[in-house]
Amino acid sequence: MFNGGPGGRRGGQETAKNFGKALRRMLTEMRTYYVLIAIAMAMSIVGSILSVITPDKLANITDEISAGLVIDRDKIGNVTQELMTNPNENSVIDGITVTPKDKFAFASTLKELQAEMGETKEFSQEDALRLYRAIDELPESIQAIIKPKMNLDIIWSLAFLMIALYIASAILEYLEGFILARVTAGFARDLRNRISHKVNQLPLRYFDRNQIGDTLSRVTNDVDSVSSSIDNSFSTIIGDGSLLLGSLAMMLITNWIMAVVAIVSSLFGFVFMAAILKKSQKYFMQRQVELGNMNAHIEEVYSGIAVVKAYDGKETADRKFNKLNKKIRNANLHSQFLSGLMHPIMAFTGNLGYVAVCVTGAILTMNGMISFGVIIAFITYTRLFSSPLSRIAQAVGNLQPAAAASERVFEFIDEEEMASEQHINHRIDKTAILGNIEFDHVKFGYDDKKTIIKDFSAKAKAGQKIAIVGPTGAGKTTMVNLLMKFYDIKAGDIRIDGISTKDIARADVHSLFTMVLQDTWMFSGTVRENIVYNHKNVDDKRIMQICDTVGLSHFIKTLPKGLDTDMNESESISAGQKQLITIARGMVEDAPFLILDEATSNVDTRTEELVQKAMDKLMEGRTSFIIAHRLSTIKNADLILVMNDGNIIETGNHKQLMAKNGFYADLYNSQFAL
Amino acid sequence: MFKLFKNFHKKDFLFIALAILFIAGQVGLELKMPEYMSAITRLVQTEGSEMGEILQNGGMMLLCAFGSLVSTIIAGWFVANIGADFTFIVRKKIFDKVEELSIDDIKRFSTASLITRTTNDVTQVRMVITMGANMLIRAPLSATWAIIKISGKNWQWSTATGVAVAIMLATIITIMMLVIPRFKQVQKLTDRLNGVMQENLKGIRVVRAFNAEKYQEKKFDVPNTEVANTVRFVDRVLSIMSPTMYLVMNGVTLSIYLIGATLISQSTMANKLTLFSDMVVFSTYAIHVIFSFLMVAVIFMIIPRAQVSAERINEVLDKSNSIEDGSFDDETAETGTVEFRNVSFKYSDAEEYLLKDISFRAEKGQTVAFIGSTGSGKSTLINLIPRFYDTTDGAVFVDGVNVRDYKQKALHRKLGYIPQKAVIFSGTVSSNIAYGDNGNEKPSKRAIRTAAKVAQAKSFIEKLDKQYDSHIAQAGTNISGGQKQRLAIARAIARNPEIYIFDDSFSALDYKTDASLRKALKDYTKDATSLIVAQRIGTIMHADQIIVLDKGHCVGRGTHRELMNNCEVYREIALSQLTKEELNV
Repeated sequence: MFNGGPGGRRGGQETAKNFGKALRRMLTEMRTYYVLIAIAMAMSIVGSILSVITPDKLANITDEISAGLVIDRDKIGNVTQELMTNPNENSVIDGITVTPKDKFAFASTLKELQAEMGETKEFSQEDALRLYRAIDELPESIQAIIKPKMNLDIIWSLAFLMIALYIASAILEYLEGFILARVTAGFARDLRNRISHKVNQLPLRYFDRNQIGDTLSRVTNDVDSVSSSIDNSFSTIIGDGSLLLGSLAMMLITNWIMAVVAIVSSLFGFVFMAAILKKSQKYFMQRQVELGNMNAHIEEVYSGIAVVKAYDGKETADRKFNKLNKKIRNANLHSQFLSGLMHPIMAFTGNLGYVAVCVTGAILTMNGMISFGVIIAFITYTRLFSSPLSRIAQAVGNLQPAAAASERVFEFIDEEEMASEQHINHRIDKTAILGNIEFDHVKFGYDDKKTIIKDFSAKAKAGQKIAIVGPTGAGKTTMVNLLMKFYDIKAGDIRIDGISTKDIARADVHSLFTMVLQDTWMFSGTVRENIVYNHKNVDDKRIMQICDTVGLSHFIKTLPKGLDTDMNESESISAGQKQLITIARGMVEDAPFLILDEATSNVDTRTEELVQKAMDKLMEGRTSFIIAHRLSTIKNADLILVMNDGNIIETGNHKQLMAKNGFYADLYNSQFAL
Repeated sequence: MFKLFKNFHKKDFLFIALAILFIAGQVGLELKMPEYMSAITRLVQTEGSEMGEILQNGGMMLLCAFGSLVSTIIAGWFVANIGADFTFIVRKKIFDKVEELSIDDIKRFSTASLITRTTNDVTQVRMVITMGANMLIRAPLSATWAIIKISGKNWQWSTATGVAVAIMLATIITIMMLVIPRFKQVQKLTDRLNGVMQENLKGIRVVRAFNAEKYQEKKFDVPNTEVANTVRFVDRVLSIMSPTMYLVMNGVTLSIYLIGATLISQSTMANKLTLFSDMVVFSTYAIHVIFSFLMVAVIFMIIPRAQVSAERINEVLDKSNSIEDGSFDDETAETGTVEFRNVSFKYSDAEEYLLKDISFRAEKGQTVAFIGSTGSGKSTLINLIPRFYDTTDGAVFVDGVNVRDYKQKALHRKLGYIPQKAVIFSGTVSSNIAYGDNGNEKPSKRAIRTAAKVAQAKSFIEKLDKQYDSHIAQAGTNISGGQKQRLAIARAIARNPEIYIFDDSFSALDYKTDASLRKALKDYTKDATSLIVAQRIGTIMHADQIIVLDKGHCVGRGTHRELMNNCEVYREIALSQLTKEELNV
């Protein structure tokens, strides 16, 4: 099926043809950033280690706090003993003086408590509360001795340690992000520049086969996709990977039975998730395909709306739209629902792990195989283990479209380039070229199977005018392609001043030709930049002189900023004026040969005259190849090449060709026919 | 954005209500879990706890977890339905709307933009709805619920949580303020980057002809470097987010513990135990509170993005129809006539008239041609007949009836319109020729063949591998421009209309095809009226009536010979194309 229009965005859910290979390639291409990546990795790993340590410290603080809740039984014993031995004297315990009155109060409280609690050995929650309340009523001196004391010093020092660890890991994480930002932005820039460079190394054949939108989408969408995946997925995989391994190691070291329980319960959810991921992938793909179809359909209807209206094609259009819309609804519903399941399942898995660890831990403790601390530690490890697992799964999922994108980027970078010209060391001086050209039994075809120019020979002397005529689609641009050495000929030779173009470097061939095509190619920038283009040392005097010659100067004076007017800002520049600017650009080039597409459609009559005059000026003193649209040009040309179906079928001047009464004569006469 | 929700059906509101219900259930169960969790922790920590109690609490917790899982899944199903319905309904609305819009409105929006509005923008809003519905419902519920659970426990802890929320929100707001303008900048720079690449690709021959490869590469590197720098800055600022969030969450837990330690050590014995268990519970719920606020912040970050899309969608939906359908679809007294009576036209918001005071009448079987330079208004004129635009002043009559009075279908049945740029649909050769609905049966195979023959398309069609059943790609990319144009003409012929409207349809054809097509057409459609817009004098020289337009005014009317004698503009155009002898003057 057709997938989107030219330049249409491709969806992000594509999968790479070869995921592993694409990933390896991506990694190799990042060579220059290995040091930075290694530093980022190291930071990430250290950060993860810190994350494994810190929960332990919080447990220590909890322990210290809960220690501050327990009444010291020895102290109660001490006081009771003093009460027994010296009931009527002041005693000093732990540096605190206890008066007989206080001792008496203590004794009576104890008695009351014993009476209330009765004989039972069991010590309920209520009893504890009763005991604590009773202590609150004791004399201050005794309270001071027996009340539990919290070691705030230890707590604070632990807290400071933790704060330090937290801050350290935050800084590490930030630095890692800081470094990765440089890697991703730099890598994206490199890739873009490589594509930009590559564009100009490719044979034109490539652009005949591929759409502009496709290359553009590689430059932006695909490169973006690659770089953002490095940013997100890489840091996740590195950071969470080390977290995963760290907690796994810690678990196995601590207790293998508990470790197995924790891992199995985490994996249980993971298996579920993988199954769902796979199923939802199907719907995602389906959605992408249907969205592409809908895009195509909408594009067709919107851009042809006049015909849809005039031919009452609405019903047909609606029927197709509704069908596609329904399919998309279904795919949307299922993909959304299934991908929405991931999170809750992971959360449930985490809880399952928690309970499993606690229950197993409790059993093991009862059998005396582990201590309580182990359970607490495992609660943390299970959490540390299961959450990166899901994040890594997601990151790998996100890598899929990125790998597909990188495949496309590298596919472009690896495209076959134009044939090397290293063997050509002969340089051409364009001022020394006279302008003779000779076609000697030229054979050419765009692909190997079909030869379109079968055997073409012709000669043109310096300063002559060669017209190329033929119906639309007859292959007139083929001639341009051959002259400019955009394509290599299959057999025969084209000679300039007797030198074979095979022995002239492409850049030199180009420098010999001025090319003005019908497609007025303007680029962003000012009028000046459009005229001067890449030529160096062209001063304003020369520019104005040229503008005078081509009849542009009046127009330039009317522009708000003259030569410095931005082409984009000024909508008022007409097609004809653009054509004049292109001609001026050609004049700056000043080469011995000229290729000119004469078409002046979309130009009003007055401008057309101007353009015509400018073209005539441009032709002066140059060997000119003119893609003719005007009878006057054809008539006074020194040589006319008549083309049809890609081939040159007749050659000669106007008179000779009319006398032949062949294709040319037919073509010429047809414009007067009814 | 909420305006768009009005489009929901009743069923969807029920779905929303159910989603809220199940998400509430899920939040409730989720907030219940910390209690069991701390109970389990306490039991495990205390020596000599009963195994049964642990199992009981564990079982309850798993039950809660499972219940929460189930209600999330059910809520998810409803939310997914809401999202899918939203796309389904809104897309259909936009599509219908665009079909109703006037050609002028469509041009102003631009087709590309309308396509994005129908597809991407709807997807954007849907994503926010599905993502947001979950969070938007969850966050406030979970925040209030958690706040209720911990409120009044202790002002010190509440302050610590409040401070944490404040720090977090402040960080997010600062980051967003730094980053959002840069996002827009990146978008602009990317456009520039694309622009430079596009001009290199489009002008690839020129770039090479001028040996300007290095020049283009340098030009590309400027926005490329800027993009890289801006993206790097944005990434670095965004990198602050996650460590800060972790720091805040860890910090708040630690603070609660430290505050707790101090409070416990200072309190009376009786309060110590309560304080301790409060502390543990508080720290869990505090995280819930912070998370909820984080979710709200995220929603506020993604809503603006969807807002832009929603506005673009509403712009289309709110556009009023400028063309109102008439009611006339009876038999007409005349056939094949077109008359313009003092027609003037300007775009509703423009000051200048594109057409001023045009009057003419085409009789049945006549050929009337329109010529003039670009911008003279000839295409606009012809577009008034099928009511692609409505006249500003004056009126257009087809078969003696004002076009505004016609049911559009009835009017279009009479017309065979061929635009300047052939519109080709994906399908087959046959489906393209038989396209549309003219109130009669679909054209027969024979009719299709005849139409193709008249349109000079027969020879190329018969060379295709499956002839009339050959596949035609979207926009006809697998056939040439001239072939497309011939198919478009065949389509009009197959429709068998009273009046043909050729909007510059011959320019894409070479002289020879142009001539033979016109001849065949003339023979085939003796009774039909033809209105032809053309650039080539040769195409229209022999028309019964030629109307010369210049800047919207009719500056000449008559036959070729008459105009050569009395119309300066016509003569100028003619002489620029052919020599005097060729024009038989």
